[in-house]
Amino acid sequence: MPITEKDVEKIAILANLELTPEEKQAFTSQLSAIVSHIDKLNELDTTSIEPMSHCTVAQSGPGYAERDDTVLPCLGQQAALKNAPDAERGYFKVPKVIG
Amino acid sequence: MDISNLTIDELHDLYKRRQVTVSEVTKSSLEKAEKLNPQLNAFLAMNSTAAMERAADIDAELSSGKELNALTGIPVALKDNICTLDLRTTAGSKILGNYKPVYNATVVERLNAAGAIIIGKTNCDEFAMGSSNENSAFGPVRNPWNIDYVPGGSSGGSAVAVAAGIAPIAFGSDTGGSIRQPAALSGIVGLKPTYGRVSRYGLIAFGSSLDQIGPFSRSVRDTARALGVIAGRDRCDSTSSDFSVPDYLKALNGQVEGLRIGVAPEFFAAGIDSEVKASVEAAIQKLVEMGAKTVDISLPHTEYAVAVYYIIATAEASSNLARYDGVRYGFRAEDATTLSNMYRQTRELGFGTEVKRRIMLGTYALSSGYYDAYYKKAQQVRALIEADFRHAFEKCDIIATPTSPTPAFRIGEKSDDPLAMYLSDIYTITVNLAGVPGISVPCGVSKTGLPIGLQLIARHFDESTLLNAAHAYQQAAPLTEKPVISQ
Repeated sequence: MPITEKDVEKIAILANLELTPEEKQAFTSQLSAIVSHIDKLNELDTTSIEPMSHCTVAQSGPGYAERDDTVLPCLGQQAALKNAPDAERGYFKVPKVIG
Repeated sequence: MDISNLTIDELHDLYKRRQVTVSEVTKSSLEKAEKLNPQLNAFLAMNSTAAMERAADIDAELSSGKELNALTGIPVALKDNICTLDLRTTAGSKILGNYKPVYNATVVERLNAAGAIIIGKTNCDEFAMGSSNENSAFGPVRNPWNIDYVPGGSSGGSAVAVAAGIAPIAFGSDTGGSIRQPAALSGIVGLKPTYGRVSRYGLIAFGSSLDQIGPFSRSVRDTARALGVIAGRDRCDSTSSDFSVPDYLKALNGQVEGLRIGVAPEFFAAGIDSEVKASVEAAIQKLVEMGAKTVDISLPHTEYAVAVYYIIATAEASSNLARYDGVRYGFRAEDATTLSNMYRQTRELGFGTEVKRRIMLGTYALSSGYYDAYYKKAQQVRALIEADFRHAFEKCDIIATPTSPTPAFRIGEKSDDPLAMYLSDIYTITVNLAGVPGISVPCGVSKTGLPIGLQLIARHFDESTLLNAAHAYQQAAPLTEKPVISQ
């Protein structure tokens, strides 16, 4: 199923990317070609196959190893704000949220 | 003091005999990195002051009789997607161009505890997305075997740091081949451990069900030693396994008598360069001469691997990269008047083209109406690929394949066709999808002077068998050629 420029615009909104017209054009043809290749998966009958959501194996068997839910010291506010482009009184400062 | 050809054992021997100091070795490594960087562009940041301070401390400890740890006094380079406290970490991206982590990755903590000296951060494809190191926001890395050629990617900088003799060990990450493929193209050893063998805490995430950190070296013995330092359960990474860590060095006995090597036709089919095919077949034959035997196997779903990978990896990436929004760290677009404009402009200006392309693809695959057709389908085929390996390992102990269908290609040669670039990952990708460990070891040099790699693959958590087979092969057929740039 080919991807249209309209599709690209919708996906860009979901992905929070403000694409240029050139990018929209290029991505439309490139993504179409890639998705065409991906359609190959339809050759396979996977009706009874359980989707593989992770490949973690613990000593005790498939799935995650467990640990006790204990609280340890973590980053702290000062460290967390260290790389902030704009911060004030312990908050991350951003442009207005609504509007 | 030229350390280009010394292994860790040799360096430790020199330290024990007081024939050289850690400070001399570290200085030599730092100077070489800086001298070669204009040509190779392997490093994005040097850690010179801290490295020399550490070296001085270690020299003092050694003088007062302290024992050597696994990596004491060994210069080490780290891919720039591994967080280092207070040392700039960019993941090869403008969006993290000024980011200084406030914590160390677990791997870094373990390396420090083992006495390693971090000399700098290496260049890589942006957010580890690429197979040539041409997608870095800070310029491509060049192959020391021929500077007009790519070193491979995404961990190109780390591969070059080792290939050019700057450091004996470097670390990269591998999501679809990003350690093994640059190892092959740069003529060195590169290991991707079993998924969950090494903590991902502090590794800037690309594909969380695929990523693993692993070592580059010139010698499998050094690889085994490095793995022993970084492997093991980490409470900060819920996907890290509690499988015990064996003594990988002890496992290197060089014996391959009776080892069953699986050979699958899917890895020797159309598209493979004839010199690569001949070189890898000769390498397998060498192991047979040493007592191993080949077994015919099939990994029938290999042809679907690129499709599966480019849904799963991009879907996971679209989620993992959502955090780069200009709020808490990294680049923020100026003059945005609202929060949503700030998000969109920050990401548009901060991300490179390949990253945007993959975020778009992943977002599409996960979006309403397409999730079942793409993401769920890909997960089902992933289960089939994992089953292929399980069945194969009933008949063999390791699988031997070429690492890459071709040797290194020219810078710029494949950058216009993303799909062609993706298809060149065909031999490495299934290993990440199944979660099994894989290693690339040099097995030859092409007529045009470019290295060729042999890939070996083993069962989950069977790095001992994998490393031993690679070690045995390397002892029997060491690479004698050297890159043009290494002195």
